[in-house]
Amino acid sequence: MAPGTNTMTNDPILKVEHLSMRFGGLMAINDFSFEAQRGEITALIGPNGAGKTTVFNCVTGFYKPTMGMIIMRQKGGREFLLERMADFEITRDAKVARTFQNIRLFSGLTVLENLLVAQHNMLMKASGYTFLGLLGFPAYKKASAESIEIAKYWLEKANLIERADDPAGDLPYGAQRRLEIARAMCTGPEFLCLDEPAAGLNPRESLALNELLRSIRKDSGTSILLIEHDMSVVMEISDHVVVLEYGQKISDGTPEHVKNDPKVIAAYLGVEDDEVEEVIEEIEEIEETQGGTH
Amino acid sequence: MEYFVQQLVNGLTLGSIYGLIAIGYTMVYGIIGMINFAHGDIFMLGGFAALITFLILTSVFVGLPVVLLLLVMIIAAMLTASLWNWTIEKMAYRPLRGSFRLAPLITAIGMSITLSNFIQVTQGPRNKPIPPMVSSVYNVFGIAISLKQIIIMVLTVVLLAIFWYVVNKTALGRAQRATEQDRKMAALLGIDVDRTISVTFIMGASLAAVAGTMYLMYYGVTVFTDGFIPGVKAFTAAVLGGIGSLPGAVLGGMLIGLIESLWSAYFTIDYKDVATFSILAIVLIFKPSGILGRPEVEKV
Amino acid sequence: MSNISNTHESAGGNLTARALREGVFAGLVSLGLFVLFVGLETTQNIRNELVLNQRWGLLAIFVAVAAVGRFLMVAYIRPRLEARKASASAKPVTEEQEGFFRRNFSKIAIAFLLVYPFIAVAIFGVQGSLKWVDNFGIQILIYVMLAWGLNIVVGLAGLLDLGYVAFYAVGAYSYALLSQQFGLSFWALLPLAGILAAFWGIILGFPVLRLKGDYLAIVTLAFGEIIRLVLINWTDVTRGTFGVSGIPKASVFGIWSFDVGAPNYFAKAFGLPMSSAYYKIFLFYLILALALLTAYVTIRLRRMPIGRAWEALREDEIACRSLGINTVTTKLTAFATGAMFGGFAGSFFAVRQGFVSPESFVFLESAIILSIVVLGGMGSLVGIAIAAVVMVGGTELLREMTFLKAIFGPDFTPELYRMLIFGLAMVVVMVWKPRGFVGSREPTAFLKERKAVSSSFTTEGHG
Repeated sequence: MAPGTNTMTNDPILKVEHLSMRFGGLMAINDFSFEAQRGEITALIGPNGAGKTTVFNCVTGFYKPTMGMIIMRQKGGREFLLERMADFEITRDAKVARTFQNIRLFSGLTVLENLLVAQHNMLMKASGYTFLGLLGFPAYKKASAESIEIAKYWLEKANLIERADDPAGDLPYGAQRRLEIARAMCTGPEFLCLDEPAAGLNPRESLALNELLRSIRKDSGTSILLIEHDMSVVMEISDHVVVLEYGQKISDGTPEHVKNDPKVIAAYLGVEDDEVEEVIEEIEEIEETQGGTH
Repeated sequence: MEYFVQQLVNGLTLGSIYGLIAIGYTMVYGIIGMINFAHGDIFMLGGFAALITFLILTSVFVGLPVVLLLLVMIIAAMLTASLWNWTIEKMAYRPLRGSFRLAPLITAIGMSITLSNFIQVTQGPRNKPIPPMVSSVYNVFGIAISLKQIIIMVLTVVLLAIFWYVVNKTALGRAQRATEQDRKMAALLGIDVDRTISVTFIMGASLAAVAGTMYLMYYGVTVFTDGFIPGVKAFTAAVLGGIGSLPGAVLGGMLIGLIESLWSAYFTIDYKDVATFSILAIVLIFKPSGILGRPEVEKV
Repeated sequence: MSNISNTHESAGGNLTARALREGVFAGLVSLGLFVLFVGLETTQNIRNELVLNQRWGLLAIFVAVAAVGRFLMVAYIRPRLEARKASASAKPVTEEQEGFFRRNFSKIAIAFLLVYPFIAVAIFGVQGSLKWVDNFGIQILIYVMLAWGLNIVVGLAGLLDLGYVAFYAVGAYSYALLSQQFGLSFWALLPLAGILAAFWGIILGFPVLRLKGDYLAIVTLAFGEIIRLVLINWTDVTRGTFGVSGIPKASVFGIWSFDVGAPNYFAKAFGLPMSSAYYKIFLFYLILALALLTAYVTIRLRRMPIGRAWEALREDEIACRSLGINTVTTKLTAFATGAMFGGFAGSFFAVRQGFVSPESFVFLESAIILSIVVLGGMGSLVGIAIAAVVMVGGTELLREMTFLKAIFGPDFTPELYRMLIFGLAMVVVMVWKPRGFVGSREPTAFLKERKAVSSSFTTEGHG
């Protein structure tokens, strides 16, 4: 399926409906609904503490939401109710992969091994749940060779092939981010959730990341949901932006639309509602003057 | 009914001893996140120090009043056990602080083996009985309460009061609580973290030494292996009450003491340790934060 | 004791003064530590009363050793070590070419073990070899096997298990009881003991898998103790503390027997003089084969998805779950596999001793096995084997040091110091090398070259 062709049609891969999450007395997410379209990059943005990571953890099964439905629709039309599944089942069966805000690599394993661990379920089956593999059946050998090829493919994409045999903990920060994404891709996901992939990256690494994300969408047809603080990343690569504040959706639409939404501006700049108009005017002025200097 | 109350009293006595030991576990766990496996042996060491002091006093000053005798025994045991725990922390645990997490636990197990065998080598492997020190028994509404039991419970209450005051009302206690929350931040704010941790070990050892002395007085016998089982039970108490929580340690100690004596009284004495271990397992499995502990939330 | 850094100006008189001060301080501390326990000894007199023996000379030695040791440490040893460290870090790091011996260490070691009984027979004679084959060979190999088995749980999967000895007990009692009740042979019961132990591994493993780190350690300790206490108290079946005796010997696959009266007695079949040494040598090869099987399976499993999942689990459990790995089954398989090897070792133990009792399965055994795993370097088979030789062989060796009697007098029994030294060694090795003897990890797959991963990257167990 070529990307771009289906962006106009309404074919949501993920539907979040009336999601609420309560921690003790705190309502972290309150009746939050949104859709992520197949083949698109959807960004979830919002100020610190808005509940973005909580939404993520609900989608990927690490938290069980207090209320609401999360529906994942695969290419073949199979639907999964993610809120009812365990975290590992969501990755294994529903084909949703994720990364973490504070990178979680297997730092004592090599880069290659990290990618092989991600292909665990495929390899387990091929090895006859270890028994046939232990006896040296050829099916496992074949699958094992294939898994290395898959790993190599992603290593090249993430520009990590030179470091394949080094411990993951030895990589520089930007490379660790890319490795974590490559590792998530090795699970063969249809939907990839990235938690602040650009956090802490320098401009060059940030560029490399954008490149990687675009090629993931283009070449593997994987839809992406990302949480991001770095507006340049969001505006540049995402097709659709959802804005969250205090656990509630305040805006939803194209990057252009969201950028100009007064509510969003107010949320980011932290002003009262009646001051919003003023702020917008100020911003427009600033943009004009900046545009002039360019 | 009388039988039940009798068992209750016995259980609370035992529970006081476990509670005193449990505080050492809970404080050390709270402050450096380490199960000080050798703490049970510090308790045993305290008991031996009290035993030897007893023998010195009874051979040198014949007819010393029991109160004075006990007091000197307790002080000697506290000093010795504190010095040991202080030295152990400094030599064996401190170099491993911040290291690979299994390392301190293995070191503590090694220390436990070392301490019990040190006593075996220097004091011999046999049981060490002493003549009864306090033998009066009072009859209150048909329940026999011995003076020993009263001493143990009163002493526990007094120590806990002092202890509570130190932890909650003094600068030292504040430093301890700060170190517990965030060691780096505490150090940045000018708290001498090393010293605070040392003091924690000393306090834990002192209470364990008192427990050791009481144990010796109560049972009239001690042996080099005595650190293990009471140690594990006290640890169970700390876990049951909620590790890191001081009132929890005492509460847990009382509960373990009660369960043990009631179990022995109504079921079979053979399986009383099985009961304790089962409780330990059940609490850890179903409510690892214990009764008074704060639950730990998994951070993703 | 204080961590004042050594600057160059402080060398000379200043340093000596400080060393003196610290030496005196150490002496005082050790006086406090030892005055009651070393200076005085509690013994029973004829009337069975406790009396005190005075040993002030010994105390003086202890204090002097502490004071002088501290003085030397501060004044000479530490400055020299620091100077060496400084010069070492100044030099560029050169890749050391591994020698032939190091590269082929495991092959050489296996070859040596294969001929070891013959060497022992050649040097000490058939009867004299008994001690070397049994006390050293078999004893050490049992611990090697146990530690390799536990390594799967602790070293690979990062699950801290302090009750491993329970599975050893299950294996031992399975063989002891089933061979007596049903007359089954060792070869039939060996796999059965392994399966039973694995089954218990799953039963005990299941409820505790949610627990992390130290908590898991304590629960497994509790389970280990519960199993031992049940063995003591369930007298109808286990005969309690008396234990089960008269456990039948193993045979060479049912072909030759080691029972003197049997028609197919080994020595008779080969026309050799009667001796119990043959049985011991057979047992030596048996445990060697079992240990090597453990190692082989571990090496194979590490290169399989399950083994990689274990190691990944040790590194980061949450990341594992995010990759679709069912951590519950992964942990259970680690528990069961480790327990199975413990069960094999247990049934071997029963066959070797001919007698089992709860005495053999105390917590101390678990602690010893775990310490061998950690001291060896978690996950490293070679390191663990070395640790077993050093710790078990070293303390066994102590029994042999009868010459010490000449120094310390005829009352001196070196065995008494066995566990004391073992405990101290645990502490010293941990403080000196927290990651164990072999701190690096072999990767299980590679594209271009296999580079060992330094342990500074491996994270501690989360589970």
